[in-house]
Amino acid sequence: MTDVTLNGLKPSPRTVTAWDRLKTNRSWLSFWFMLPAAAFLILFLAYPLGLGVWLSFTDARLGRGGVFVGIENYEFLWEDTTFWLSVFNTILYTTVASTIKFAVGLYLALLLNERLPFKAIIRAVVLIPFIVPTVLSAIAFWWLFDPQFSIISWSLKKMGLITANIDFLGDVWNARWSVIFANIWRGVPFVAITLLAGLQTVSPSLYEAATIDGATNWQRFRYITYPLLTPIIAVVMTFSVLFTFTDFQLIWVMTRGGPVNATHLMATFSYQRAIMSGYLGEGAAISTAMIPFLLGAILVSWFGLQRRKWQQGESND
Amino acid sequence: MNKFTRRTLVKGGTAATAASVLTGPALLEWAKAWAQTAPWKPEKGAKLSMLRWKYFVQSEDDAFVKLIEAFTKATGVHVDISRESYEDVQPKASVAANTGTGPDLFWGLYSLPHLFPQKCVDMTDVADYLGKKYGGWVPSAVTYGKSGNKWICIPICYSGNMINYRIEASKKAGFSKFPDKSDAFLEYAKAMKAQNAPGGFALGHASGDGNGWVHWCLWSQGGNTVDKSDKVIINSPETAKALEYAKTLYASMIPGTASWNDASNNKAFLAGEINWTDNGISIYVAAKKDPTKKQIAEDMDHAYWPVGPIGKPTELHLMYPAMAMTYTKYPQACKALLAFMLEADNFNPWIESAQGYLTHCLNAYDKNPIWTADPKNKVFGEAAKRTLTAGGLGSVGEKAATAIADFVVLDMFANYCTGREDVKGSIAIAERQLKRIYR
Repeated sequence: MTDVTLNGLKPSPRTVTAWDRLKTNRSWLSFWFMLPAAAFLILFLAYPLGLGVWLSFTDARLGRGGVFVGIENYEFLWEDTTFWLSVFNTILYTTVASTIKFAVGLYLALLLNERLPFKAIIRAVVLIPFIVPTVLSAIAFWWLFDPQFSIISWSLKKMGLITANIDFLGDVWNARWSVIFANIWRGVPFVAITLLAGLQTVSPSLYEAATIDGATNWQRFRYITYPLLTPIIAVVMTFSVLFTFTDFQLIWVMTRGGPVNATHLMATFSYQRAIMSGYLGEGAAISTAMIPFLLGAILVSWFGLQRRKWQQGESND
Repeated sequence: MNKFTRRTLVKGGTAATAASVLTGPALLEWAKAWAQTAPWKPEKGAKLSMLRWKYFVQSEDDAFVKLIEAFTKATGVHVDISRESYEDVQPKASVAANTGTGPDLFWGLYSLPHLFPQKCVDMTDVADYLGKKYGGWVPSAVTYGKSGNKWICIPICYSGNMINYRIEASKKAGFSKFPDKSDAFLEYAKAMKAQNAPGGFALGHASGDGNGWVHWCLWSQGGNTVDKSDKVIINSPETAKALEYAKTLYASMIPGTASWNDASNNKAFLAGEINWTDNGISIYVAAKKDPTKKQIAEDMDHAYWPVGPIGKPTELHLMYPAMAMTYTKYPQACKALLAFMLEADNFNPWIESAQGYLTHCLNAYDKNPIWTADPKNKVFGEAAKRTLTAGGLGSVGEKAATAIADFVVLDMFANYCTGREDVKGSIAIAERQLKRIYR
C-alpha cells in the first residue's frame, strides 16, 4: 500500500518556530524550575546580605532611616578598641575551639568506627549536645559557671582542692576559656558524626591490604584514613569554623559579651551596637567586617584541602 | 515585729485583697462613670495592644490585669497585653517605630520615647490633666516626659533602686545605721569586708542595678557625662576621683561582680553571700515570702544612697514611661487608657499590690498606704523625688538613652575596677563613645 492520506496529499513537515525551540531548550526550562528556589534564596539570603552591606555605609539608627555616609562607620570602628577586642576574641575563640573540636571529633569518630557494643545508642548519646537547643545548654553552663553557686566550685571545695569559689565568668581569661569550653562541648558531636560518616566510606580492603603489608595503626591512619577523609574534613571544618565564628547564642546567654567585653564576638558586639544602642549602621559595619574572615576560612578549606589529583579523578603523579 | 493588718494583706499577694479600695461591681461602676466624663472618648470599635515590661512581682501583674479588665468593661475597648523582659522592650519598640507596625502602646524604660520622639503621640493634654488633679508631677518626671514643649509619654512609675543591707553584720562592723556620706560608706565597706561580710555592686551589663550604682558614684563625686548643653565633659578630675572611689570600693566587694547581671545580686544576698548591695525591694519581698528566708527579711533594711562631696542626693532610679505610637489607629483610646491607669481609684491599689517595688511620680500619691505599711518600705517612696535623670545634667533625649543602652559609664567603671585599663584609658574610651553619641 502506498501511503495515501484522505485528501491524497502527503503531510508537509511542520516548521519549527522559535517558540518551539525555546519551549524545549533545556536552559530555558531549567530557569523556570529554578525560579522558586532562587526567589527564596534571593529574598532570605541575598537581599538581607545586600541590605546589611548597604546599611553599613549609612548612618541609619533604629527608629529612623539614614543617609549615605561612605566609610565613616568603618573609620570609627578602625579606631575603636572595643571593636578590635571583639575581632581578637572572635579569632581566638574560633581557632582554639575549632582546633580542639576537630581533634576531639576525629578521635571520637575513630573510636566509634570500631566494633563496639551498643554502637547505635552510643552514637545517639554522643549527638545529644549538638541537638539540645543552644540556649538551654548555655543556661545550664551559665549555672555551672556561676561565681557563687557553681557546682564545680562546690565539688572542688568539698574535695579540698580549692578554698574559694572560682570566678568563671567574672575574670577575663576564665570567661574566655569557659565559653570556649561550652562551645567545644556543643560542637564536637557535629564534627564527630560527620567524620564518622566519612570513615564508613573508606573501603576495608584498603586496610586489609595495608595490614598485610605490615602497616602500624599510625601508618594506616596517616596514609589511608586521613588522605581519604580530607574532602569530608574540608566540608565539616568549613561549617564548623563558620558556625563558631558567627556564634551568638552561647555568648549572649552566658556572658552577654562581658566581663568588660572580654567575650564579645563580632556577632554579639554587632547586635549590641545595632539593636541595643540603636546604631544600625555601625552594627551593620561590624557584621560586614566579618565577611573577609569568613571568605578566607572558606577559601583555605576548599582550596587547601582539595588539591590531590587523584581526588579529582585523575591518576597519581 | 509589728504585723500591720494591711501588710499581712499585701503579703498575701493577691490582687483582690490588695486592691482594697474598690473591687468588683464597685470598681466597675466607678469605671463606667469615669468613662462617661473622661475627656478622651475611645474611637468606635477600638482595640488596643500594649507591650509592657514583665512584672517583677506577680501580684502587681494580677492587679494590672484587673485594671485593664475594668477599663474594657467601662469603655468597650479590648486591650491585649504582652510582656517582655524590660531590657527587651526597647529593641522591640525601636523596631516597631522603624517599621510602622506593632503594638499601639509601649511601656518601657527611662527615656525610651526619646529614641523616636516624632513617632510618639502628643500626650500633653493627659499629662496636664493628671498633673492638675494629683498634686503635680515630680521634676524628674517632667524632664522625662517632655520633648521640647510637649509631652511625648506619660511617666507611670519609677522603680527605686536603693541600698539593701544586713543589720546585724553592720552593727558588728561598728555601724548602727547605714552611712549617709560616701566617705563613711567606704569605711563601712572596708569594715564589713574585714569581718568577712562583704557586699557587691554589679559590674556586668546589669541595666538596672549596674547603671544605678555607677551613675550614683560618678555624680556623687562631681563627675558628669555631659553638661547642660550636651557638651561631653567626662574627661575631668572629678571623674578620675569617682573611678578611684569605685576601685577602692571594688576591693571590698565579693569576687565575681564583673559577670553579674540584674539577678545575680538578688541570688547572692538571699543566700547570705553578700551583706550589702543595691536593688529594688524585690530581695525583701522574696525573703518575706520564703519561710526559710524569714531571718534575712528580719535582719535586712534599706537605706538611701550615701551623699557625696557634691552635697546632695545623686541617685538614678528606673522610670517606666508609657507611650502611644503615631501609627496607632486609636490615639484617643490610648490616651483614655493612660489617664485611666493613673486615676487614684486604679493607681492606688495597683501601687500597693507592687509591694513597694514601684513608686509613684504624682505628688498626691505620697499618701499611698504602702509607704507606711512597713517601715522598711519608706525609702522607696522617695525614689521619684530623689532621682536625677538619665543623661545627668544634659538632655534626656535619644543621646542619653543611647549612652545608657550602650553601657558607656558602666564599662568605664568596669574597665578600671577590673584593671583592664588605667584611669586615662578608661576615660578615653568613654569619652570617644560619648563624643560620637552626642555629636
